[in-house]
Amino acid sequence: MINLIVSRIVQMFFLLIGISFIVFMSMHFAPGDPAKIIGGPTATESDISSIRANLGLDRPVLVQYKDYLVGLFQGDLGYSYQSNQSVNEAIATRFPNTLNLAVASIIVAIVIGVFAGIISALKQNSWMDVFTTTGALAGISIPNFWLGTILILIFAVNLNWLPAGGLSAPFWTVQGMKELALPAITLGTGSAALIARMTRSSMLEVIRSDYVRTARAKGVKEKVVVFVHCMRNAMIPVITVIGMNFGFLLGGTIIVEQVFAINGVGRLMIDAIADRDFPMVQGSVLLVASLFVIVNLVVDIIYAFIDPRISYD
Amino acid sequence: MSSQTVTGQKVGKVEKDSFFLDIMKRILKNKLAVVGLVIIAIQVLLALFAPIITTYAPDTQNLGARELPIGSEGHWLGTDNHGRDMWSRIVYGARISILVGLGSVALGLVGGVVLGLLSGYYRRLDGIIMRLMDLLFAFPGILLAMLIIAILGTSLVNVVIAISIWSIPNCARIVRGSVLSAKKEEYILAQRSLGSNDRRIMFKHILPNITAPIIVFSTMRMATAILSTSALSYLGLGAQPPTPEWGAMIAAGQDYMWTAPHMTIVPGIAIMLVVFAFNVVGDGLRDALDPNMDLNN
Repeated sequence: MINLIVSRIVQMFFLLIGISFIVFMSMHFAPGDPAKIIGGPTATESDISSIRANLGLDRPVLVQYKDYLVGLFQGDLGYSYQSNQSVNEAIATRFPNTLNLAVASIIVAIVIGVFAGIISALKQNSWMDVFTTTGALAGISIPNFWLGTILILIFAVNLNWLPAGGLSAPFWTVQGMKELALPAITLGTGSAALIARMTRSSMLEVIRSDYVRTARAKGVKEKVVVFVHCMRNAMIPVITVIGMNFGFLLGGTIIVEQVFAINGVGRLMIDAIADRDFPMVQGSVLLVASLFVIVNLVVDIIYAFIDPRISYD
Repeated sequence: MSSQTVTGQKVGKVEKDSFFLDIMKRILKNKLAVVGLVIIAIQVLLALFAPIITTYAPDTQNLGARELPIGSEGHWLGTDNHGRDMWSRIVYGARISILVGLGSVALGLVGGVVLGLLSGYYRRLDGIIMRLMDLLFAFPGILLAMLIIAILGTSLVNVVIAISIWSIPNCARIVRGSVLSAKKEEYILAQRSLGSNDRRIMFKHILPNITAPIIVFSTMRMATAILSTSALSYLGLGAQPPTPEWGAMIAAGQDYMWTAPHMTIVPGIAIMLVVFAFNVVGDGLRDALDPNMDLNN
């Protein structure tokens, strides 16, 4: 197990370096001269060349990447071309909002998804099963930015129960939870649908297995059979889906932050793309991609822990 | 000799026909998949006959008839904030959505199938190609698409390119897996012993035998492509105004949610229906192409 963890961490390290290379090169070859962006429309040719020299942009691209990488190891993501603000600072102030949203969404997704999946499997072919499976398919198909808009229309505009956007209060306060509710439901619905589908098929497989039949034959209570005997094995593939979805939710926050006007990393990234503020795009893309890789690694390791049959040799 | 060939061709055709008939039979038994097929057929018809079906051009403005509600005379789906007919915009949006979906899936397939074939067939290339694919997999899909758009600039064509690049690693992995198992089959070994070259074996013998997972992948991918295109356009990174793209229409409608909610609701339902359709047809195809499925069950 230790060998597995070490080898996966080493692999992840090289993957992260690969990601940083792709992101850096993408921004380097993107159209738009950073020196011209910083200099503005009134800058002369000499102003632009001095800006280029100051930023070190006149050096070979691989030398620039090496310096960027050294900066990364020192935790320095550079400075914004637009506001001259440190990228670290900009991300640090916005990242908690993104993380809160992603965590709240995965909680919503797990609660709804696992519950719906179990009910659907236990009542196979009943109206509840049909409702859940069709609902899950609809959940996968709903554009989350549209769902968010409709939820705002219903719960914020018409009923006035929940705020329409923004995250200002800490998440553990009532106001904070109210602010998180609609974005979390919006982002968590798609994942809830996937988790429900996986829980249902996994539970159905386990329910029909011999050891569950034996437990029932021995007179074990149905609740114990479902929650102890079935759940334990049925949840193994579900955990993978949950882990993978957490990574995707990080990507999804980019869209939902825009819908609910949440000051998160995703919104920072979209604004930076629109302004061609490359250091800011680089920093935010790198952060989300790295988290995605780390989450996947953790899921792999947890998976190997809970299912001893799995070998990554 | 010639009669044998003719007989062989006949047998081949009969087998091919029975294969497709069998698949159709299996799909038609799946009610949800049939609903999906009907929705897709409607979308294709709308896209093909858009100028005949609609009375107004999608960008014709009538400032005297702004924000008309659903059911208004002459505009049964209402109008938007510029007085443009919502029905026309939805119908032309169907055309954009299907073209963008097909374009991005087709481009992604070309890249993914070639890389998957090479990776599965040549052990020497496998390591390099799969590590590259791992690198692309390290980005959440929408993030990768945004990164590509950041390089190429915002437009619908660039969205097609971005989504197709995002599809490549998924497709390559599926094809590689199928190639790895197909290349051990006896008919491939027989082709090798007959002296067929690698290109012929890959494209003439392996590829036709691994179409099932590729078809399922492509159908499911259409759903993802349509959903992602609308998301990117919603964010302002895809279609630009006045293009009647469904995601862009939702973004434009958001400011008028209080006075004209249909501007947001209608395009959202259109996206949901089409994505739902491709998802259920994809599910149906996956079940139908699974040889373990019992037709009588």
